[in-house]
Amino acid sequence: MTRTLRALPTLLRIGLAEAVAYRAEMFVWVLSTTMPFVMWVMWSSVAERTPVVGQSGKAYSASAFSAYFFCAFIVRQIVSSWASWEMNFEVRQGTLAMRLLRPIHPMISYAMGHIAALPLRFFVVTPVTVALLLTCLDELPKDPRIWALWVPCMVGAWLVAFLSNIAVGTLCFFMESSLKVMEVWLACLMVFSGYLIPLDLFPPALRAVADVLPFHYQIGVPIEVMTGRHTFEQTARLVATQWAWAFALLMLSLVAWRSGVKRFQAFGG
Amino acid sequence: MISVRGLKKHYRVHKRPPGLKAALKSLFKREYTTVPAVDGIDFEIKPGERVGFLGPNGAGKTTTLQVLAGLLYPSDGEVRVDGHLPQKREVAFLKKIMLVMGQKQQLLWDLPPSDTFELNRAIYDVPRDEAKKRVDGLIELLQIGDVVNKPTRQLSLGERMKCELAAALVHGPKVLFLDEPTIGLDVSMQVVMRDFIRTYNEQFGATLILTSHYMDDVAALCPRVIVIDKGQLSYDGGLDELVQRVRPEKRVAFRLSAAVPLSALEGLGKVVKNDGAEAVLQVPVEQVNAVVGKALQSLPVKDLTVENPPLEEVMSELFSRSRAEKGKAA
Repeated sequence: MTRTLRALPTLLRIGLAEAVAYRAEMFVWVLSTTMPFVMWVMWSSVAERTPVVGQSGKAYSASAFSAYFFCAFIVRQIVSSWASWEMNFEVRQGTLAMRLLRPIHPMISYAMGHIAALPLRFFVVTPVTVALLLTCLDELPKDPRIWALWVPCMVGAWLVAFLSNIAVGTLCFFMESSLKVMEVWLACLMVFSGYLIPLDLFPPALRAVADVLPFHYQIGVPIEVMTGRHTFEQTARLVATQWAWAFALLMLSLVAWRSGVKRFQAFGG
Repeated sequence: MISVRGLKKHYRVHKRPPGLKAALKSLFKREYTTVPAVDGIDFEIKPGERVGFLGPNGAGKTTTLQVLAGLLYPSDGEVRVDGHLPQKREVAFLKKIMLVMGQKQQLLWDLPPSDTFELNRAIYDVPRDEAKKRVDGLIELLQIGDVVNKPTRQLSLGERMKCELAAALVHGPKVLFLDEPTIGLDVSMQVVMRDFIRTYNEQFGATLILTSHYMDDVAALCPRVIVIDKGQLSYDGGLDELVQRVRPEKRVAFRLSAAVPLSALEGLGKVVKNDGAEAVLQVPVEQVNAVVGKALQSLPVKDLTVENPPLEEVMSELFSRSRAEKGKAA
């Protein structure tokens, strides 16, 4: 463990250097995540014409939608994972062998690669955060305790995103490829996470489904915390559930990894 | 150092004939076949030995190396490397070994090799001073000082392969598995790599297992060879003994000052080559002295050499014999 901790700064530094090398690709990816701005324009114009009230009884003004979708963009930039694609590629090419030969768990090296890419993402997030603060300050919670919970909430959201990617990625040891499963997962994420529509606006039956799935805890919960949709007590409960999901996904990933690696065929010879 | 007992590695492979009908059928019912990549082999390797794994494509060489390196779980049998079960991939085991694959790279593609060296130093927890000393030594031995700070993608294949080797050795592995380390390299670069590998083995006493399709690699590096064919061990011993066993003949090559007719050579031995300037005969070992004496009297010989037959021919004959024997047995 101490040995792994000692290696982390170097892993992060090299990961950042790699992220910088792939900066053009990252900025193209950012263009593909601008959907919250489209939804913002759409829902704001709806809110200007007619009152929009969620299942909770709370109203959504045009300004509330602005805050919601600015936050959706910020959360998506920070809470994203591509581990499933990396794993599928490496298993098919046999290059996973290189990770397996190193005395550090591959899940840690994938995680460090993701965390190392965050500073570049902050470049994209910063102007949107400034816009959020300048235009929607009134929509943000005033209770400092909620902001204190927002930090573990973002970490939990990142863990749910990363570990669900790993869990789906490990399926490629059992199937020929798990990329299609990941596409289905992403489609569910778009619908059930609150990324495109606040879950509060869902019909009750659909909302009940969303509440028992992990997607909400990856995107929707951090946005709702940032936009003050929950009391401190509700936020604490949501963060606790979110971390329970992260723990369950960690266990699932570890078990699937251990069993999957036994099936790894490494290709060649 | 390495002990292999009854090692088997069988792959379950999905079998599907070509065509749309077969594709649709495979949607509902899949047929699998078991391919015995390695089918019960035993051997021991002592510390510091240099051993060559030989065999045709698909013989099971790389599979065996990957089992030894802990990448593959054996289907049966027991493998121990310096007391470790490789498939457990314990940290202590991983810090002792390295597998270099000529067709796969560990260097970070868009970063200079020096970054991969530093990454490996951190991951293998090598103290900075020790790593610096070792890396400087590797850079000097491999003469890569001017390339380690260029992005890997801008390096030539030879430069990249040298950097791959250096990256693999940052932690000073005691056991080095080399899978086709000179593949695609030109002749002079192959010589550089061989010299380096031998120097590393001699300086650090590392155990070395090599697979290569270039017989010159094996001849230059490995006093002992293990021959695998269709997953089974068909020879384990010295390279010279192998040659003697398979081809108990020598090649006598004459440089001639004038062309000689074929009939003048045929009485001396089996004519392998006769192009006017050079003639090569294959003769039984016990007749070499007599043949040389006769040739010096009857032919316009400028120079002559006596050699073993090329290793490629020896191996080709060994594999065809082995298959013929298995065919008969079946």
